[in-house]
Amino acid sequence: MYLNPLKKLWKNPTRRWALLFLGPVVAAFAIGFVWPFVQGIWLSLCKFRLISDAKFIGLGNYIQALEDPSFRHAFWYTALFAVVSLVLINVLAFAVAYALTQGIKGSNLFRTVFFMPNLIGGIVLGYIWSMIFDGILSRFGTSILMETRYGFWGLIILMLWQQIGYMMIIYIAGLQSVPEDMLEAARIDGANRWQTLFRVTIPNVMPSITICTFLSLTNGFKLFDQNMALTAGQPFIIQSDGSAVKTTEMLALNIYNTFYGSSNTSPGVAQAKAVLFFVLVAALGLIQLSYTRKREVQQ
Amino acid sequence: MKQTTLSGERSRKVILSVVLAVICIIYVLQVLTVVVNSFKQNTFVKSETFALPNGESWNGLGNFIKGMTFGNYPFWKSVVYSVVITLSSTFLILLFTSMAAWYIARVNSFFCKLIYFLCVFSMVVPFQMVMYTLSKTADGLHLNTPWSIPVVYLGFGAGLAIFMFVGFVKSIPIEIEESASIDGCGPIRIFFRIVLPMLKPTLISVGILEIMWVWNDYLLPYLVLDINEYRTIPIHIQYLKGSYGTVDLGATMALILLSIIPVIIFYLTCQKHIIKGVAAGAVKG
Repeated sequence: MYLNPLKKLWKNPTRRWALLFLGPVVAAFAIGFVWPFVQGIWLSLCKFRLISDAKFIGLGNYIQALEDPSFRHAFWYTALFAVVSLVLINVLAFAVAYALTQGIKGSNLFRTVFFMPNLIGGIVLGYIWSMIFDGILSRFGTSILMETRYGFWGLIILMLWQQIGYMMIIYIAGLQSVPEDMLEAARIDGANRWQTLFRVTIPNVMPSITICTFLSLTNGFKLFDQNMALTAGQPFIIQSDGSAVKTTEMLALNIYNTFYGSSNTSPGVAQAKAVLFFVLVAALGLIQLSYTRKREVQQ
Repeated sequence: MKQTTLSGERSRKVILSVVLAVICIIYVLQVLTVVVNSFKQNTFVKSETFALPNGESWNGLGNFIKGMTFGNYPFWKSVVYSVVITLSSTFLILLFTSMAAWYIARVNSFFCKLIYFLCVFSMVVPFQMVMYTLSKTADGLHLNTPWSIPVVYLGFGAGLAIFMFVGFVKSIPIEIEESASIDGCGPIRIFFRIVLPMLKPTLISVGILEIMWVWNDYLLPYLVLDINEYRTIPIHIQYLKGSYGTVDLGATMALILLSIIPVIIFYLTCQKHIIKGVAAGAVKG
C-alpha cells in the first residue's frame, strides 16, 4: 500500500482540509476533555478556593483524601457493589440471552420488554424504585433509607433491572455468531446440553463476555445517578468528630459531595479523590480487559 | 426414544416461555405502578403504593398540574430544552466526529494518531474526574446555555463516536475514494457524496447511543447549565423530588410518567435500530 503513488497524490489534497475536518472536534475536545483533564490533575496538587488563586502544595490533598473515613468507606462499599452486580448481571443476562436464542415463541417481545429500562434515565429509575421499595418496606414499618443493607440490595435490584436487558442484547449478538456447524458437530459427537454450553458455546462468546464484564464492572464503579436518586447515601453514621459517614454512598457520589456538599473541605481534596477514582477505574478496566481477552478463542 | 426427547424439548420450551412471560409481566408492572400512582394523592402513594386509586385517593389530574408548574418553573420549558440539547448535540457529534474520523483513518499522520489515542483514552475517564474543571471552563466560555452546551457534549462525547467511526471507515475499501479523486472529486465532495452515505448504519448506531446518553444525562447539564434559567427533564424531576421536606410523590410520578411516555414511543418505533446500535457499539467498544 505504501508504494502506491496514487495514494500519496490523493492524500495530499485531503491534508489541506485538516482544519475543516479535524478543527471542530479538536477544538471541542480540547474544551470538553483535554483542558479540564490537565487542569484537574494540576488542581489536585493545589490548595485553593477559587481556581485563580490555586497554590501548589504537593501531595497534601491526596493524603487528606486517603485519610477521609467516608472516602474509604465509599471505596469498599463501591468495590463490594461492583463485584456483586458484575456477577449477578452477567450470569442472569447470559441466562436470559441463552433462553431467548432457543427459538421459543415471543422471543422478540421478551427482548423488547427486557431492554426497555435502559431508555429510562438513572434519576427517574432511582425514584421509581425508591417508591416501590418504600411501598413494600413501609408495611414492615421501615424504609430503604433506614438500613444500609436495604440500600445496598435495593441498588443491586435496580441495576439488575436496568442492565440485564443491555447485556442480554450483547450476549444475544454473541450467541448468534456461534458457528452452527460447531454446535452440530458437538451434538453428533454425543455432547449433552451442558457440555455443549460449557465447551463450545461459552468459549465462542468470550468476546461478548469480555465486553459485558468490562461494562458492568466500570458501570458499577462509576454509578452516580441511581445512587443519588435511590438513597443519596442514607442512612448516615455520625463520627465522634461530628462528620458523617454516608453508609450507602458510592465513590462517584462521595466525590460529588466533597466538591459541592456543604462541608468545608477544599475542592483540591475532592479533585484528588477524583484523580484516584480515575486511576482506579482505568486500571480496573485495563486489567479486566487483558484478563478476559486472553481467554478468547481465535476463529 | 426420539419421540421422548422431542416432547421433552417441547415441554422445556413451554416452561421457559412461561418463566420469561412472568418476568416480562413484572417488568411491565413497574411502569404500571408509575401510571397508577401518578393519579393518587401524595399520602396514598406511600401507604398504598400497589393499590389502584379509589374514590378516596384519586387526585385526577392534580398531580400533573402540580408537577408541571412546580417551583415557578414550567415543565414544558424543560421539555423544550431537553429536546433542543439532545437533537443539536447528537447532530453536532454525528457530523463533526464522522468527518474527523474519516480524516484520521485516511490521512493517519502522527497528529491523527495522537487524537485517536486521546479519544480512546477519554472513554475510560469517569466524568467525576473532569466535572469540576469542565463546569468552570464551560462557564468561562459561556457554554452554559442550551444553545451552546452541545459543544461540551461534542467534546466530552467525541471519544466513543470517533472510535466507532474510525473502525468503520477502515473497513471501507479506499479504492472507491481513489477513483473518485482521479475523476476530479475534491475531499469535501468525496466525504459528503461517497463516504457519508456509506456510513449510514454507523451513523444510526452512534446517533442512538448519543440520544440515549444526552437525553437521560443529569450531572453534566446540572453542573454546566445556568440552572435558574435552564433545566432539562432529569434536572426538573430531581428538583421536584430532591427538595427535602415537601416531597410530593404523586406529582413526581406524574412527571416521571410524562417524561417516559415519549421515550417508550421512541423506543417502540425505532426498536430495531436501537438494539442493533447497542450491539454494534458494544462489539466495537
